Amino acid sequence: MPLEAAFMAAKIGFVFFVVLNLAGLLGWVERKQSALMQDRIGANRAPILGITLIGLFHPLADAIKAFTKEDFIPARANKVMHTLAPLLALVPAFTAFAVIPFGDTITLGGRTASLVIADLDVGVLFVFAIMSLAAYGVVLAGWSSWNNFSLLGGLRASAQMLSYEIVMGLTLVGVFMTYGSLQLTEIARAQGEFFTFGGVNTWIPKWGILTQPLAFFLFMAAAIAESKRAPFDVAEAESELVAGYFTEYSGMKFLMFWMGEFVEIVVISGLVATLFFGGWQIPWLARDGFHVPFTQIVIALPAILITLAGVGAFWTKVLVLIWLQMTVRWTLPRFRYDQIMRMGWKMLLPLSLANIFVTGAVILLLQG
Amino acid sequence: MEQAVFYVFAAIALGSSLAMVVQRNPVAAAMNLVLTMFSLAALFVLLQAHFLAVIQLLVYAGAVMVLFLFVIMFLNLTEDQMMPGRRSILHVAGVALAIYALFQLRALIQRTPPVSAKPVDAAFGTTKAIGRLLFSDYLLPFEITSVLILAAIVGAVVLAKRRLD
Repeated sequence: MPLEAAFMAAKIGFVFFVVLNLAGLLGWVERKQSALMQDRIGANRAPILGITLIGLFHPLADAIKAFTKEDFIPARANKVMHTLAPLLALVPAFTAFAVIPFGDTITLGGRTASLVIADLDVGVLFVFAIMSLAAYGVVLAGWSSWNNFSLLGGLRASAQMLSYEIVMGLTLVGVFMTYGSLQLTEIARAQGEFFTFGGVNTWIPKWGILTQPLAFFLFMAAAIAESKRAPFDVAEAESELVAGYFTEYSGMKFLMFWMGEFVEIVVISGLVATLFFGGWQIPWLARDGFHVPFTQIVIALPAILITLAGVGAFWTKVLVLIWLQMTVRWTLPRFRYDQIMRMGWKMLLPLSLANIFVTGAVILLLQG
Repeated sequence: MEQAVFYVFAAIALGSSLAMVVQRNPVAAAMNLVLTMFSLAALFVLLQAHFLAVIQLLVYAGAVMVLFLFVIMFLNLTEDQMMPGRRSILHVAGVALAIYALFQLRALIQRTPPVSAKPVDAAFGTTKAIGRLLFSDYLLPFEITSVLILAAIVGAVVLAKRRLD
C-alpha cells in the first residue's frame, strides 16, 4: 500500500512538473515563434552572467517580475471574487490532466501500474466537466473588476465558452462510437490496431485522425475557441477591450490567468494526442517489440524501453500539437463576435451532428 | 476515510446552500450554488455513481450556472435594485416553514426502518450500465423526456423570435 501511494505521488508529481514547466516555457515559445513568423529576433535579452541561451531565461524573469509587482485590487471591486477568479481559471486546467494517459502500463518490481493519474470509466467526460468550470474564472474576473472593459470581456467569454463546449462534446461522440469507450486509456489502446481491408492487414494504425478526420478538425477549432486564443480572442481583444476580462489584474494574479491559458493549451494537446494520434502508441511498436511492416518479423525489445519510448512519443505529439496551435494563433486575424457565434452554431454544430450520423451509418454498414 | 470525505463534502454542501439563501449579492449566491453542486457531485462519487457525478458537474455546474451568471451580469443590478433588507412578514413565515420542514424530516427519518447497505457490483454506475438501463428498462421515460426538452427548445425559439420581429 505505501508503495502504491508513493507511485501515485510520483505520477502526480511528474505530470504537475511537466505540465507546469511546459506551460511556463510556452510564454517563451509564443514570443519566439511569433518573432520568427514576423521576421523579428524575439525574446533574447535576459542574461545570466552574460549567457542568454536564445532567450530561455525570459520565463524566469517574468516570474520574478510578477512576484515582486504590486497586487492591485480596484477600489469598487468585489475583493473575494476578484481574488477567487484567477484560481478558478488555473486549477481546473491542471485538474483536467489527471485522466489523460501519458504512457502504457509500466511493470516495476513485479507490480503493474498504468501511467495515468486516474483511469476513470467516464474518462473524457471528466475533462469536459472540469474544463467547463474554468468559465467561472473568466466570468467572475470580468464581473468583479468593476470595469466595463472587463465586464464586456467576461460576457463575451461566457457566451463563447458555452457555445463551443457543446460543439466540443458532440464532435467527440463519433470517436466514442468508433472505439466503443469513454475511457482514454482504452481509446488510446484501440488505436494501436491496424486497418484490415478484405481480411488483409494494411499496417496502417487505426488512429483517430484516420477514422474520424472531420471530428479532428471540428474539435481542434472548438478547442482553440474554448481556450479563447486568437483567432477566437474577442474576450481579451487588446485593440478593443484593453485586455478584456483581466484588465484589472496585476502581478501574480495576472500571471495565473496567463498560465491558465498555457496549461489549457497543453491539456488540449494532450487530449488531441490521445484521441486522434494514438496517445503513447508508436506505429508498429507493440508490447512485445517492433513489428516490421508487411512481414511476420518481430524485433523483441525490453518492456521498460517500450514503455519509456511511449512516454517520449506522447510528449513529442503534445509538443507538435502545441506548435500547431501557436502557428494558428499567429497566422489568423481575430474573428468578429457575431462571426464566432455564427461559426459555432451554424457551421460546427450541424457538421458535428452530421459526423455522428455518418459514423453511425458506417458502423452499421461494416457490421452488416 | 470514506466517511471523513463524506462528512467534509456534506458539510460544504449544507454550508454553501445555506449561504446561497442568506446572501444578498446575486453573484455570490450563484457561486455558492455552484459549490453546492460540486460537493453533491463529490457525494455521488462516494456512492460509485461516477457518470452521474460528472454529468452533474458538466450540466449543472458547467452549463446551467454559467448561464445564470451570464444573465445576472447582463441585468447588472445595482445595490438598491436588489431585494430590500427589511425583515417582512414573509421572512418570518419562511423561517417558521423551514423549522417545520426540519421537524417533519426528522420524524420521517425516525419512522423509516434502518436498511443495511447492499454491496453493488463493479459495473454499477458506469457509463455502460447507465446507458443500458436508459435504453431498456427506462426507454419510455427517456424518450418522453427528450420530447419534452424538444418542446421546450421550440418554445424558447418561438418566444425569442416574437421579441425579435
